[in-house]
Amino acid sequence: MAYDKFTTLTSTAVPLPIENVDTDQIIPARFLKATERKGFGDNLFRDWRYNGDNTPKEDFVLNNPIYSGKILVGGMNFGSGSSREHAAWSVYDYGFRCVVSSFFADIFKNNCLNVGVLPVQVSPEFADEIFKSIYDNPNTELTIDLEAQTITNSATGNSESFDINGYKKENMLNGFDDIDYLQNIKSDIEDFATTRPF
Amino acid sequence: MSKTLFDKVWDSHVVRKIEDGPDVFFIDRHLIHEVTSPVAFLGLKTRGINVLYPERTFATADHNTPTIDQHLPVKDPLSANQLKALEDNSKEHGISHWGLGHRNNGIVHVVGPENGITLPGATIVCGDSHTSTHGAFGAIAFGIGTSEVEMVLSTQCIMQPKPKKMRINVNGKLGAGVSPKDVGLYIISQLTTSGATGYFVEYAGDVFEDMTMEGRMTVCNLSIEMGARGGMIAPDDKTFNYIQGRSMTPKGADWDKAMEYWSTLKTDDGAEFDKEFNFEASDIEPMITYGTNPGMGIGISKNIPSAESVEGGKATYDKSLAYMGYGENEPMIGKKIDYVFVGSCTNGRIEDFRAFASIVKGKKKADNVTAWLVPGSHIVEDKIKEEGILDILTDAGFALRQPGCSACLAMNDDKVPAGKYAVSTSNRNFEGRQGPGSRTLLASPLVAAAAAVTGVVTDPRTLI
Ligand code: SF4
Repeated sequence: MAYDKFTTLTSTAVPLPIENVDTDQIIPARFLKATERKGFGDNLFRDWRYNGDNTPKEDFVLNNPIYSGKILVGGMNFGSGSSREHAAWSVYDYGFRCVVSSFFADIFKNNCLNVGVLPVQVSPEFADEIFKSIYDNPNTELTIDLEAQTITNSATGNSESFDINGYKKENMLNGFDDIDYLQNIKSDIEDFATTRPF
Repeated sequence: MSKTLFDKVWDSHVVRKIEDGPDVFFIDRHLIHEVTSPVAFLGLKTRGINVLYPERTFATADHNTPTIDQHLPVKDPLSANQLKALEDNSKEHGISHWGLGHRNNGIVHVVGPENGITLPGATIVCGDSHTSTHGAFGAIAFGIGTSEVEMVLSTQCIMQPKPKKMRINVNGKLGAGVSPKDVGLYIISQLTTSGATGYFVEYAGDVFEDMTMEGRMTVCNLSIEMGARGGMIAPDDKTFNYIQGRSMTPKGADWDKAMEYWSTLKTDDGAEFDKEFNFEASDIEPMITYGTNPGMGIGISKNIPSAESVEGGKATYDKSLAYMGYGENEPMIGKKIDYVFVGSCTNGRIEDFRAFASIVKGKKKADNVTAWLVPGSHIVEDKIKEEGILDILTDAGFALRQPGCSACLAMNDDKVPAGKYAVSTSNRNFEGRQGPGSRTLLASPLVAAAAAVTGVVTDPRTLI
C-alpha cells in the first residue's frame, strides 16, 4: 500500500517510557479480524487506553490532552512479539509518522518501514533526555530530518544521527514501496526460480 | 571459505544484492492463514497483479477458528468473514487451501512439517512470527508482515537485509523431567527478550542432536521470543527420516538429488559467528514464567527474582508483577492456578500430548482447573486417539478439543477470563494475550500436567 512521502517532520511528541512494549499491547489480537486495512488507529493500545466498558483510562498517555503530536517516543525494545503488521498500521492510522526508541524489535521495525512509519533508533541517553524535555515542557518539539538522518530535540538543541539503510531511505523519501521495485525485476526473479530444486 | 549453515542457505536464495540495501530474497514455500493474508490479497487486486507461483503458497485456517463444533458454521461474523476470504482468495488464485474440517487442517507450523512442505535448505515464510519453527529442519524460516505477504504472493521474493549470525551451544544431558520447552525458556531467560534481535540463531551441541524433531521444532519456535529473526538446526538422519515419504517431499531420483544437497547443510569447521553462547544441560530445570514477557522465566524450584537482580527498569518490572498479582522473592511452587492450556505451534504436537498423558495417567484433574487440550492438527488428533492417549486423558477427567491456535492468542472463544491464572504450553505471556486481563504462566507440557492434576504450580519431577 502506498503511503505519503517522508522528508522532514517537526512535531511535539507523546511519551511512553515503558520497556518491551509488545505488539499484543499495541493492537490486541481480537482486533485483527478485519479483512481491510481500516480503523486500526481506534484500537491502538486498546487495553491500556480503555476500560472494559470502553471508557477512557485517564492515566494513559494517549488520553492525556497535554501530550499530542505525530511522534511516539517509546521505551527500550519497542514492538517485540508478533509479526502482525496491524501494529504498524494502527500506529500510522492513529496519526503517528515516527516512533523513537533506544531499541526496536526487528519485525516491527521492518513493518514500520513498509507502511510509512519511520523508526528512529537513538542512544539510551538521548531517549532519556527526550523524555525529560517532554515532561518538563509538553510543547517540546522534535525534528526529524530523514535526508540528513538526524533527530533534534528543540528543548536542548541537541541532535543525534540515526541509521537507516540507503534503499529504505530512498523509498521513504519518495513514498515508494518494495513491490514497485520487485515488479520491475520480475524477469530476473523468473530466471532465478527455474534454478530452484523445490 | 568456511560458511555457516545459515550462510549456505541464505546465499543460495539471493536473487540480487542491492548496494546499501536489502537482498532480494527468494522464497521457496509460503504459508498463509486467514488473519494476515486478506489485506495482502486486497493489495494485489488494487494493483491489478496476480499471484506469480500459486503452487508455492499453502493456505490453512487456524488463528481464528473455533475448537469445538467445527462442523457447524462459525458464529462470529468477523471470523467467518476472514475464513471465507481465505477460501475465496485461495480459490481465485489456485492456491491449495486446507479449511476447517479438511484432513490436513491445523496450525500452520504444525501442518507444514507434517505434510512435507517444510524441507531442509528451503526458505519458508508466513505472516506469523513463529514461522521460526520450521528452522528445526535446517530451513531458513521466519515471520513476515502483511506487506511482505503481498510481495511473496506477487513476486515470490521479499527484500531482506542479511541478519547477523549467532550460535547457541547446549552440551551435556538433560535431566529427567526437563524438556525442549525448558531449554527454550531457559535460553530466553538468559538472553532476555531482545538478546538476539538482529540475529539468526543456529542451535548446536549434544542437547539438540539428542532431541526429537518435535523437540527441535519447540526450540526453534521460541527463537523469536528472544528477538531473533529465526533459529535453525543442521539436518541429520532424524530430519531425513521425518520428512521422507510425506506428501510434498521430493520422491525417487529427486529425493536422491536433494539428499546430496542436504548432506552439505552444516556449518563448516572454522566458520565464524558474530556472537556465540555456551550453556550446560545440567543447569536447566523445568521452567516456568512469572511475569509478562517470555524472558521472565525461572527454574520451577526458584523464587521470583527481586527487582534489583533483573536488568532493565524497576518501574516496568513492578508493573509486570502487579499485573500478575505476584511479589518479589515469592516461590512459584504452590501458586494456585485456574486454567491449563496444552496446545499451540510450540507444544501442540503428538510428543507433547504423550508427555502430558505420562503425568496425568491414573490421576484426576483438579476440580479448580479448567483444561483446554488442543491438538495442533487433525493428524495429531488422530494419533492421540490411535495411541490410546485419549483414553488416558478421558479417565483422568480431561476432554480433547479440535485443532487450532485457540488460547495461544485467544482470537476465538477460548479466552482465559480476567484475573485468572493459566499454565500454558504456548509461547507468549504478554498482558492480555490469552484474553483481556488473563495471567499466563508459560511452561512445558509436563509442568502443565502437574498443575492440571494438583491445581497449583507443581514440580513435575515429584510426580514422575
Ligand atoms: S499457535 Fe499461536 S504462535 Fe502458533 S501460529 Fe497460532 S497464534 Fe501463532
